[in-house]
Amino acid sequence: MTSYIVFMVTLAGIYSLLSLGLVTIWGQGGMVNLGLVGFYATGAYTSALLSMAGVPFGVSLVAAGLVAGIVGVVLSYVTRTLRGDYLAIVSLGFAEVIRLVATNEKWLTGGSDGLPGIRSPLKAELGALHPWFYLALVWMIVGLAALCVTRLVRSPYGRALRALRDDEQVAAVAGKPVLKLKLKTFFLGATLTGIAGGIYAHLTSYIAPDGFVPLLTIYIFLAATAGGYTRVVGALVGSLAVVALLESTRFAAAAIPGLTAVQIASLREFVIAASLIVIMQLKPEGIFRSINQSSGDSTPESPRSETSSVAMSPRVKVGGL
Amino acid sequence: MFADLLQHIVNGLVMGAVVALPALGLTLIFSVLGFINFSIAAQMTVGAYAGWLVNSQLHWPLVPVLVVGFAAAGLAGVIGDRLALVPMRRTVSAHTPLMVAIVSIALNLALENAIRFGFGSDLNSFEMPIARDVQFAGVRIGPQQMHNLGIALTVAIVLAVFFTVTKVGKAMRAVADNPDLARLKGIDPAKLSNLATFIGMGLAGIGGALLAIDTSVDPSTGSRLLLIIFSASVLGGLTSLTGAVLGALLIGVVSEVALLAISPVYQSATAFVAILLVLLVKPSGLFAGSSGVRK
Repeated sequence: MTSYIVFMVTLAGIYSLLSLGLVTIWGQGGMVNLGLVGFYATGAYTSALLSMAGVPFGVSLVAAGLVAGIVGVVLSYVTRTLRGDYLAIVSLGFAEVIRLVATNEKWLTGGSDGLPGIRSPLKAELGALHPWFYLALVWMIVGLAALCVTRLVRSPYGRALRALRDDEQVAAVAGKPVLKLKLKTFFLGATLTGIAGGIYAHLTSYIAPDGFVPLLTIYIFLAATAGGYTRVVGALVGSLAVVALLESTRFAAAAIPGLTAVQIASLREFVIAASLIVIMQLKPEGIFRSINQSSGDSTPESPRSETSSVAMSPRVKVGGL
Repeated sequence: MFADLLQHIVNGLVMGAVVALPALGLTLIFSVLGFINFSIAAQMTVGAYAGWLVNSQLHWPLVPVLVVGFAAAGLAGVIGDRLALVPMRRTVSAHTPLMVAIVSIALNLALENAIRFGFGSDLNSFEMPIARDVQFAGVRIGPQQMHNLGIALTVAIVLAVFFTVTKVGKAMRAVADNPDLARLKGIDPAKLSNLATFIGMGLAGIGGALLAIDTSVDPSTGSRLLLIIFSASVLGGLTSLTGAVLGALLIGVVSEVALLAISPVYQSATAFVAILLVLLVKPSGLFAGSSGVRK
């Protein structure tokens, strides 16, 4: 039981990193990355393949982040002049292609059999203590990432970024380098996602395409939204909550008699999807309300607040209202 | 070799014609409502299951099956929209369209799993009369393929007439082009948004049913094609109905002809590459003008 909980808390750490990536790209930058799982898989396979080639853990992890980040820059560059919807579609497509490559390029990724035997640092030396060590390591990385993102959000860069999120044209008129800010932000968020993938690969020591289902993207959106998608602390608390929800539905669904395995699995996914819908409707700002997150210092209100946004973005077309 | 190529082109056109229906639906909803409704994939599956139920239980033939698929997906689409997406759309901000798109992904997942819960993950086949393939100049065409092509064309023509001739159709195009001006002229966009959702999702339902008749239906029938549908719509510029049809035909042909060079497992990857190339070369879409629902 202890080892199960240790594993789950470690996993929550990985989800926290993913949520931080999402908070950076979506919450602060206003861009939507629906291919989260693709960047995650890219990081996982990069780190796994490098470490199998003898590259040390730290280096392979950094490489995982860099590769995912570069892919992110390319995708956001391609869609730079278009509405956010295009980036959403393209990133979704990217995730699908990564899944296809991971499943079919047997020489590289082992196909659907996956890659076994990914080394984890100090595993032999620590023995039974290793899961605890890895737990601490993961949460140290989460802490470091959270610190960096917090600093970033509070810096002039963060303010410029939110200005851009709230109204791109106004930010551009004010002389902010819109494209550069967007690319940098997507790079950062994708890098965090890639690092999370690398950490996952070394945690389970085995990765296969099955581990990177599109559903994971929904989990992370739920985690980020539950905690407040513009907040760093929200990402961490939301991730713990989502892992807890996922695991409790596992037990709850098993407790209902007369359900087949397929029904249990679909019931769990349904609950996750429905929770996301309900939270987005009832409390889109999450548990931790956006504090002082608006780009202007004088209006310390949520960026979703109706008055300011309507006044600021008359060009936005929202049909059917 | 030449006959081979021709065969792939024909297959591609047939596939493109079927994909054109959900792509039309997606484009219609995006034009009138202003957001991308990802739940269109699940509505294809809803249409396919509804058609399969009346076909396997009541032994209804092709056309009534498609009507049922249309109505079921359209209704489910409107209900899902009202339950999950309309409350989201009430908040007006620069992010609303993207927020609604994210919720529509969750809606897609919820629907797909509701279907899986009810019907299981098995593949279900339709009972349709089996007929011999037609051979012409070395190219084989199945009768079902010809039906699909004919039905998709008919639906596209009916839609074109609807948008050019009827008052509601014109009103819809007006809303798509400029919601504020349309409101000035006394058009209520909220009413039209229900109708656009019903028609759009209904089209997806027909598309799903046609695909399922050709192969089989399972809970992921629609999701499997999501990327191809989206690339068809993006190729057409996301707001052009003609563009969506042409985009679908192009994607169909490209992804089929690509099979000559690449392994079938990468067929949907060609859709992704096509999106990237088009966005690099002509970001507004291959067949679109500036904005608005073009015919």
